[in-house]
Amino acid sequence: MKWLGDGTVDRLRANMQVPDLTGTRYRAIRYVASGGMAAIWLAEDTALKRNVALKVLDAEDLPQLESRLLREAHILATLEHPGIVPVHDAGRLPDGRVFYCMKFVEGQRLDEFLTTVAALPDRLRLMLRIAEPVAFAHSRGIIHRDLKPENVMVGPFGEVLVMDWGLGKILNEHSTESSAAIASADEQQRTPAAASSTNHGTVLGTPGYMAPEQLRGEVESIDQRTDIYGLGVILSVMIGSPAGGRAARRHRPILAICAKAMHPDPNQRYPAVQALTADIADFLAGSPISAYAESPVERMARLFDRHRTAVLLIAAYLVMRLLFILFSRR
Amino acid sequence: MRSEDPVQRSRATETISAAYWKPIYKYVRLKWNLPAEDAQDFTQEFLLRLIEKEFLDSFDPGKARLRTFMRTCADRLFLKQVRDAHRQKRNGGNVIPLDFDEAEQEFARRSKPTSPEQYFERECVRHLLALAVERLRAKCESAGKVIHFEIFHEYDLDREAETPASYSTLAKKHQLATTEVTNYLAWARREFRACVLQQLREMSSSDEEFRQEAKAILGINPK
Repeated sequence: MKWLGDGTVDRLRANMQVPDLTGTRYRAIRYVASGGMAAIWLAEDTALKRNVALKVLDAEDLPQLESRLLREAHILATLEHPGIVPVHDAGRLPDGRVFYCMKFVEGQRLDEFLTTVAALPDRLRLMLRIAEPVAFAHSRGIIHRDLKPENVMVGPFGEVLVMDWGLGKILNEHSTESSAAIASADEQQRTPAAASSTNHGTVLGTPGYMAPEQLRGEVESIDQRTDIYGLGVILSVMIGSPAGGRAARRHRPILAICAKAMHPDPNQRYPAVQALTADIADFLAGSPISAYAESPVERMARLFDRHRTAVLLIAAYLVMRLLFILFSRR
Repeated sequence: MRSEDPVQRSRATETISAAYWKPIYKYVRLKWNLPAEDAQDFTQEFLLRLIEKEFLDSFDPGKARLRTFMRTCADRLFLKQVRDAHRQKRNGGNVIPLDFDEAEQEFARRSKPTSPEQYFERECVRHLLALAVERLRAKCESAGKVIHFEIFHEYDLDREAETPASYSTLAKKHQLATTEVTNYLAWARREFRACVLQQLREMSSSDEEFRQEAKAILGINPK
């Protein structure tokens, strides 16, 4: 038998990882990243002379994972929105592996990008843009089910993209054997020891970001509100832990928005993404929000903040007027 | 491997024996510092137990990978033998024909100092790939594509240097066009990958185990 030296073993393994693009329009450039079931490669589309990303399944002959990858491609193709990465092509490579081709997105993950955005209003405006594609997907009957900062990319020109729709679910789609099989594969793929499946269904998502109904595996209870929980988690990451004192008091409404979005009972959450974003927009505009009943003092403080210039001008006018009256009587 | 059909079970055991005997032999040579002859006896006994005593019945893919299980079985068997204070020769003089000389030469070529466990993992992968190379050779011979295998052999297996012989050199040597060389190489690599996966598939008891092994061996390692 042929002796394979260490260098040969490493080379053979490396060769096997590279997707076989023989006869296709793509040319592999470099490996980019790896997920639970597939790897992303930067490739050149030689026909159109542009760089694209290829998401390639790790191995062939795995029908459940193949269905899942193609389903993800199908979901992406359904969702044409500037905040969702467009898919260009899907199929099977000569080595048998299933793949799809999408736009190559260069940018930073949200959790990394946040280090460059300090001001709360800027972060909240970013949050509004993250919510847009999610709301769009909901309007098309699709939920993401794995929203977390790592799945949001911010491009070099500030464009926001919600990525990784691998766990996406088409609402009102009848459960089939195939989707059950996909769910089963998902469970094996995604479930760490900490999370467990239940008798009710299947655990899908990322522990720490999953809504309680997801953790309990209550498949039938999962709907748009599950994503609203995910958006709540992202929002809570974005606002961080405010320091004490006045800043903390001013954060109370936004904390209330988080709490409402992440309520353990889906019925107590925002019914739709638009309601969540309306509250955030109202907070940014200095208007009252639905999630927080403010005290009279807080209302005064909010009004003062909102009309600070006008209040200060009136106050200055009144002081001047008072001084004028006092001096004119002498 | 967990099939009810005794023929299938026997074939699976045979595949596993073929894939693991060499790593087990080298592992006990390194870990327990067994002399070559004792390591050969141990490997023979291990395989006989694997076949006759059905070691694999207690394998639970949910708890460990097959590779780890095999290594643990080897450790347990060795410790049991030490405890029993005697090592009996194989029952009834049954000997499985194995090329221990080759295994010993390979053992002598080990380079980097690693833990016995890491060494075992590495040897499992090496042996798996070597078996796949043999599969590919047989496949190419039966398909009349010997030249495909030769190009793969020269370009991917035989080179020690970082930079391999150029495609044009190989084209000249085999009197082919350069594009033919790249096409043949691509074909052989694709088939080699399929051979590795086929080997893995035969050694796995479930889709999930196959997927994990494929990921571990073929999957991307960002580091």
